[in-house]
Amino acid sequence: MTEKVRIAQLSCGPEYSGVQKEIDEAAAMVDAEIFFPDIMLADVRKGFEEFGLDVRSPDLKLAIARARALVDGRIDADAVFIATCFRCAEAAIVRNELRRYIHENSDLPVVSYSFTERTTAGTLLTRMEALTTIARRRALLARERQEGITMGIDSGSSTTKAVVMKDNEIVGTGWLPTTEVVRSAEGVVELALQEAGLKIGDIEAIGTTGYGRYLIGKHFNADLIQEELTVNSKGAVYLAGAQHGPATVIDIGGMDNKAISVQDGIPGTFTMGGICAGASGRFLEMTAKRLGIDITELGPLAMKGVGNHVPMNSYCIVFGTQSLVNALAAGSTREDVAAAACHSVAEQVFEQQLQEVDIKEPVIMVGGTSLIQGLVYAMGQLLQTEIVVPHHSQYIGAVGSALLASGFVRGE
Amino acid sequence: MVKVFIYPATSLILSDMVARFGHEPIGSALGIRERIQTPGFESPPLQITPEEPKKGLKWAAVEVPSGVRGRMAIYGPLIEQSEAAIIIREAEFAFGCMGCARTNELIQFSLRHRGIPVLDLEYPSSDEEGIAFVAAIREFLAGLAKEGQA
Repeated sequence: MTEKVRIAQLSCGPEYSGVQKEIDEAAAMVDAEIFFPDIMLADVRKGFEEFGLDVRSPDLKLAIARARALVDGRIDADAVFIATCFRCAEAAIVRNELRRYIHENSDLPVVSYSFTERTTAGTLLTRMEALTTIARRRALLARERQEGITMGIDSGSSTTKAVVMKDNEIVGTGWLPTTEVVRSAEGVVELALQEAGLKIGDIEAIGTTGYGRYLIGKHFNADLIQEELTVNSKGAVYLAGAQHGPATVIDIGGMDNKAISVQDGIPGTFTMGGICAGASGRFLEMTAKRLGIDITELGPLAMKGVGNHVPMNSYCIVFGTQSLVNALAAGSTREDVAAAACHSVAEQVFEQQLQEVDIKEPVIMVGGTSLIQGLVYAMGQLLQTEIVVPHHSQYIGAVGSALLASGFVRGE
Repeated sequence: MVKVFIYPATSLILSDMVARFGHEPIGSALGIRERIQTPGFESPPLQITPEEPKKGLKWAAVEVPSGVRGRMAIYGPLIEQSEAAIIIREAEFAFGCMGCARTNELIQFSLRHRGIPVLDLEYPSSDEEGIAFVAAIREFLAGLAKEGQA
C-alpha cells in the first residue's frame, strides 16, 4: 500500500455548500487525504497583509495565509486543491492569484475548482487523480521515449481511440464512436492491431485513459489506468516535440475541455471545465449535423466563412442552436455559420478556461476537435499565436497512455 | 429578556456580554448546535448537506454563490427570531470571525431592515474606545430591558 498523498485544501464555502464530504470522498478514491493547513492567528494577519490582496472575506484571508505557509515550506503537503464558490467574484480573484502564486513559487501541483451545491465526488475525481499522479509518479511522467510494444486506449465521451506503439513509433491506430464502452474499445483495439500487423499477445503493456478508463482497464487487464489530464499533457508534448520547457495544452473534448500548463512534460496547473456544452466538441458536432455535413467537413467550411457576420455568443448549447437556426433562417451562409460556431466555442474556452492558466508557447491543440481547422484558426486569432497541432493529435490520450505504459515493460 | 442577534455571530465575548445583562444571545453556537445534535444530518464537519443552499434560497437568490445560501440557511432563521441586534463592524479576528464577506453584508442588511433595535458599533482600537465600546453595549442592553418591561 502506497503512502497517502497529502493534499492541502485552500477554500471558502465548501462546508456551507454541503460539498466538503464530496471533496474528501474524491480524494479518498485516489488514496489521498485532504487536510487544512494549520496556522496561527498571527500568520493569518501577516499572511494576507504581505500577500497584498486585501480581500473582505475572512475565509479567503485564511486561504491566502495558508498558501503562504505552503510556499514558505512551513506546512508539508504533496499537492494543493483550491476550492471556492462558483459565482463569487472575490473568490475567483483569490483562486486565480493563489494558483499562480503557488505554481510560480513552489513545486506543488495545484488545481482549482469552483463548486456548486451539486458538485459530486465523481466530478472531482479526475482532478484529484491528476494531482496524486503528479505527486506520486513524477518518475513515470518524466518518460520521454516509448519502449517495447505497448498499447494505449482512450475511452472518451464521444469517441474511443487506440494506438499501438513500437520502439517510439506509432504503428497502429483505431478510432470508433463510443457506443457501448467495452465493445467500442474492443473494436478500436482490433483495428489498431490489424494496422500494426500484431496480435494482442504481442503487446507488452497496456494503458487506458478517458471516461471509461476503469471499465476498459479492468477488461484488458491494463498496467496503467490514468486520468486524461496527465496523459494528454504527456502525449501532447511528446507528439509536438516539446518535452522540455514550458507548453500549454488545449483539449476541447466532447463533454469537457482541458487547459493545461505544462513544464518539462509535467502538468503544473490545469483547468478542466465546461460549465456548458456550448463550449464543447458536442456543439460543433451538432452544428455539422444541422448544416447537413460530416464533422470532418466543418473545419474547411468554416475557413471559407467570416464568423463575425453571424451573432453567436451563447454560453448554452440550446441557445447556441437557437442562434444557429436564426442565422440560417435570416439568410446567413453555411460558411459564415460554421465559422461563427468555431469562433463561439474558441471564445468560450478562451474566456472560461484559458484565463485560469498561464499561456506559454508553444500552444498545442489536441483531441478530435484539433482537426477542425476553423476552430484552431479561431483559437489562434484569440490567443494571437500560432497553434501547434501535432500529427496524430486526435489520438492524444491513446498515445500518452501507450508512452507512459511503456514504463511497465521493464517493470519500472 | 430579549433575543439579541450578535454580529460577528461567532463572538464568545459578545455572547457572554449579552447573557450577563440578562438577555438571550443569538449567534452561531445555536445554529451550529442544532445541526450537530439533530440526528440525520450527515455531512461533517458542519453537518450541512447540499439541502442547506436550497433552503437558503429564502434569503438569497439562486444567482448567489452556494456557500452564501448555505450560510444563510443557518443564520436566516436566527435573524428572523431575533428581537434586537448588536453589530460590530471591522472586528478583530480574535473577537469573532465569520468566513464570507458577502454573507456578512447580507446578514447586516437583513438585521438593519427588520425594524428591531440595532446597535451599530465600530470595533475599538484604543483603551478609551474600548471603555466607551463596553459602555455603549451595556447601555443598549439595559435599554432593551426597559423596553421589555414597558
